[in-house]
Amino acid sequence: MSGDESLIDELLAGKHRALARVITKIENRSPGYRDLVSQLHEHTGHAQVIGITGSPGAGKSTLVDKMAATYRERGETVGVIAIDPSSPFTGGAVLGDRIRMASNVGDMDVFFRSMSARGSLGGLSTATTDAVKALDAFGKDRIIVETVGAGQNEVDIVRTADTVAVLVPPGSGDDVQMLKAGILEIADVFVVNKADVDGADRTVKELREMIHMRDASPMAGHHGAGAVEGEASDGGKDDDERQPPIVETVAKTGEGVEEFLEVLADHVRWLEETGELQAQARQRYAAEIRTLLREDSAALIEEELDARGGLDAYIEAVTAKETDPYSVVDEIISPVAECVRKKRDD
Amino acid sequence: MSTEQEQRTIRCLVAKVGLDGHDRGAHVIARAFRDAGFEVIYSGLHKSPDEIVQAAVQEDVDVLGISILSGAHDTLVPKIVDGLKEYDAFEDTLVLVGGIVPEEDREELYELGVSEIFGPGASMQETIDFVRENAPDR
Repeated sequence: MSGDESLIDELLAGKHRALARVITKIENRSPGYRDLVSQLHEHTGHAQVIGITGSPGAGKSTLVDKMAATYRERGETVGVIAIDPSSPFTGGAVLGDRIRMASNVGDMDVFFRSMSARGSLGGLSTATTDAVKALDAFGKDRIIVETVGAGQNEVDIVRTADTVAVLVPPGSGDDVQMLKAGILEIADVFVVNKADVDGADRTVKELREMIHMRDASPMAGHHGAGAVEGEASDGGKDDDERQPPIVETVAKTGEGVEEFLEVLADHVRWLEETGELQAQARQRYAAEIRTLLREDSAALIEEELDARGGLDAYIEAVTAKETDPYSVVDEIISPVAECVRKKRDD
Repeated sequence: MSTEQEQRTIRCLVAKVGLDGHDRGAHVIARAFRDAGFEVIYSGLHKSPDEIVQAAVQEDVDVLGISILSGAHDTLVPKIVDGLKEYDAFEDTLVLVGGIVPEEDREELYELGVSEIFGPGASMQETIDFVRENAPDR
């Protein structure tokens, strides 16, 4: 325990090794990692967190590399978390994004950390949120979370960011792709990377049409609760119904990166002015608490199940039609619920 | 609680240092490590010792596998070891060297703190088993 406490002190004092070790403990869920994260909390809230997502090969890592280099030129420090998939069979992974951080090699003030999905459902977003906290507490000015936008899990992760940028490579499909649900809906900014490639113009045009259509729909706006508060300042209706801008970049050469960073800064300013930033933070904390509650209660139930000799006997009974899944669950949950309710009444 | 149950995964950095431009072997070992369930970070070609140290520290790897075919191990490996020490990362990192290392150079590398050297004849399984048995206990 005292070892862990000095680890936090060292992290706050700016020791890279301590930061790296804290993230490892978070990833491994080592004993005591929760205390570590609890202690980090009060030191967080200073960094701008940017989520970068998009299909494989969209150029995310190269763009992140150039973003980090540009922030560094301005004298700011950067943390990067890059998430790659892990094998569902062995759990192994090759984390290959570091290779593309060529502009920042040897610069310790760009702290680049690879994380693998480790095949966990939901657990990944908890680990990522906690790792972002570690970087934030360490004092990084900008934190970039990069992940392949393939499914719900990844969508959750980028939601830990203040601003979500979705990379859309040119020629990434017809307009039906643009209608499909998923990562396009979470974008605060669209980036058409590889803008020098044929077809980039068309992709920009399709995105623009899609955004226009989304705006016309009654469900427009993904600002949630915050938008209601924001509406008090009427007359700024255009501000409230913010349309995600489309930025064109060529990450390989760095073209458009400055403008992209400007758009990101604009978004944060907009978030602050509308009160959305605070609303977002509250939503995130709510989601975090709910996630932890779910994980812990699932663990508690698992413990109860083990104490009753595991699942197998129940499966047998259900298969033999002696009981059914609902009754089994009821049998296990009822005593737990009873305990909780009794405790609450006391 | 299951949320505090440790999910220990061995993390390895497979590093190519210096001027040698052949990384087939490094790719093969990276893939074998992946299939063994490890998390592998591959450095890419032509890295300087500083870059390798930076990656090893930030990624907090259990194992650093340095692949060298160029014969420059006697100048490059000490630099990496010194760099790891500078960040207090040497003690709990298992350092391995793979590639072409003449017999007469080996003792020197072992004295530096390299745990094992895997030459051309080494089998994948042997290497993986060695990592499993010797990955530092943290």
